Amino acid sequence: MPAFILSRLLQAIPVLLVVALISFAMFAYVGDPVAIMLGQDFTEAQRQALVASLGLDQPFFVQFFKFVVNAAQGEFGLSYRLSRPVAELIAERAPATLELAFVAAAIAMLVGVPMGVYTGLYRNSWLSRFFLTFSLIGVSLPTFLIGILLILVFSVLLGWLPSYGRGEVVQLGWWSTGLLTADGWRALILPAITLGLFQLTLIMRLVRAEMLEVLRTDYIKFARARGLPDRSVHFGHALKNTLVPVITIAGLQLGSIIAFAIVTETVFQWPGMGLLFIQSVGSADIPVMAAYLMLTALIFVVINLVVDILYYIVDPRLRAGRGGH
Amino acid sequence: MNPVPAAAAAPLLEVRNLRVEFPTRRGTLTALDDVSFSIRAGEVLGVVGESGAGKSMTGAAIIGLLEPPGRIARGEILLDGQRIDNLPREKMRRIRGKQIGAIFQDPLTTLNPLYTVGRQLQETILTHLPMTPAQARARAIHWLEEVGIPGAAQRIDSYPHEFSGGMRQRVVIALALCAEPRLVVADEPTTALDVSIQAQIIALLKRLTRDHGTAVMLVTHDMGVIAETADRVAVMYAGRVAEIGPVREVVKAPNHPYSAGLMASIPPLDRKVEHLAQIDGAMPRLTAIPRGCAYNPRCPHVFDRCRVERPDLLDAGTTRAACWLHDPASEKRAAHV
Ligand SMILES: Nc1ncnc2c1ncn2[C@@H]1O[C@H](COP(=O)(O)OP(=O)(O)O)[C@@H](O)[C@H]1O
Ligand code: SF4
Ligand SMILES: [Mg+2]
Repeated sequence: MPAFILSRLLQAIPVLLVVALISFAMFAYVGDPVAIMLGQDFTEAQRQALVASLGLDQPFFVQFFKFVVNAAQGEFGLSYRLSRPVAELIAERAPATLELAFVAAAIAMLVGVPMGVYTGLYRNSWLSRFFLTFSLIGVSLPTFLIGILLILVFSVLLGWLPSYGRGEVVQLGWWSTGLLTADGWRALILPAITLGLFQLTLIMRLVRAEMLEVLRTDYIKFARARGLPDRSVHFGHALKNTLVPVITIAGLQLGSIIAFAIVTETVFQWPGMGLLFIQSVGSADIPVMAAYLMLTALIFVVINLVVDILYYIVDPRLRAGRGGH
Repeated sequence: MNPVPAAAAAPLLEVRNLRVEFPTRRGTLTALDDVSFSIRAGEVLGVVGESGAGKSMTGAAIIGLLEPPGRIARGEILLDGQRIDNLPREKMRRIRGKQIGAIFQDPLTTLNPLYTVGRQLQETILTHLPMTPAQARARAIHWLEEVGIPGAAQRIDSYPHEFSGGMRQRVVIALALCAEPRLVVADEPTTALDVSIQAQIIALLKRLTRDHGTAVMLVTHDMGVIAETADRVAVMYAGRVAEIGPVREVVKAPNHPYSAGLMASIPPLDRKVEHLAQIDGAMPRLTAIPRGCAYNPRCPHVFDRCRVERPDLLDAGTTRAACWLHDPASEKRAAHV
């Protein structure tokens, strides 16, 4: 097992390096940081000094190497727009995005899996048909439209839930959480549903398809032939066998939930990293954009690793194949 | 170690005029028609016939696991004189595994890959017998020993993929028998196995069922196995029973032309067969079963009546055969086939 984790980590390094290269290239080719930082009036000497202090006079590879070393330590320099350390900005915004993403993912799993199991088991019930129709909506409506519709109904017409912001937050050290106050939860509901809906319907359809597939297998027939109760055939034998693909997709989806949070955060003015990224794009704030890209890539890599470890836990055949025993 | 109960007792399993239909968009398919036979306690009934004859379907109907939309359209199935074909789902579930065990064809796909064999045995035992988990585990180990898994106490926590095909079929047999059912439906239990271990598995099944007094419905392609193992044999053709009788008679002196064709193709006992009979032609599909006797296009003894009227099982002396040759009212064509 440790060897397998190690090999996964080694595989992740080239991925992160490529993303680092892209981020780094933004510095070199998008905008001119020196011009941005100097403003209108400057002497050539001042410009030279700044170029030297930023290390921009050094060869490409030296600069890239420094960038990678700094990035590995969470150092991305100062935001052009806000003149504050990028790491600090990200740390301020990350809790909002991560809480939103995890709640959205939890909704998607906790609702999507049971719906998928139900529609797989009772293919022809009217409730299954309703779920499937509903899931088509989730898949086909764009996220921003769902968000706007939810705001229209629950904030504007009914006035039940806030339409923007995070509500009341509590500081736990550097982490600001909205999960400890009723107000924070009220603010979280609509964005989390908006963000999780696509994943919810995706997981539901996936679980349904897998259930239908698994229910046809010989080992399920044999489980029935042994007289096991439906409960253990359906929720034990069948569901467990659908888990491997579901874990993969759900894990990959968590990554894309974090990435797609940009749209939801914009619609709900949710003060997370996605909103920060959009604001940075508007003012060509390269250090923030680079940090965001790197962080997102890192999250993807970590999630992939977790997915692999879960596989390993769920499926004994992989345990044999990978780790030996 | 019970001796086989007296033949006078009511049969353990009785299948009467069973008809299984599959409603499809293009009309209703009749997969089994008028199938009747019985199995006495402790008896081994061999079931043979070409692929598609309805052997598996018969087994599925008995254990109440016909795949929808398949359904029993007519007839009845009785266990100990009680109807089981119309039981509520939950009641029938309690019979499966406890009264009627099942062994499937392919041990590589029959076991859940994600559960240890011990867990699968234990859950089966706990479903049917009033035991604590610890007792069930002890019984699971006992059954693994019974089916000849070496080092059962250690192997119990292994996953199916850690066993060979033959060993997995032993585990399947343990699963089928661990709640000591009175009847086990074994559907081609060796077809998917390596030829070299087929005989071992049959010998194991034979020994265990004899020791526990378990009756067996043994579906197989292997006439050698039938000759060695079965007490009686049913020959199926196109969803019907063509002939049924004591194994010696059906093998040595069949009364139905189809059985005769099957038996003629048995190679010497020292060789195994992959496929049955080279009888000319093929069994008709369910959508194109000929009028009259379903075997008539292939039968060397066919005569006019065969193309018009469908024969039921008739007394043919030593066996019962669905063939007009054995109807005294038919014009005699042949004294025997
Ligand atoms: N789900 C199904 N729908 C329609 N026909 C089926 C289905 N399953 C099996 N059959 C048909 O029923 C007949 C009997 O099949 P089966 O019992 O599996 O044959 P055997 O076990 O003797 O080889 C075959 O003609 C087969 O094509
Ligand atoms: S009924 Fe006629 S066709 Fe059918 S098996 Fe007998 S002789 Fe042959
Ligand atoms: Mg079959």
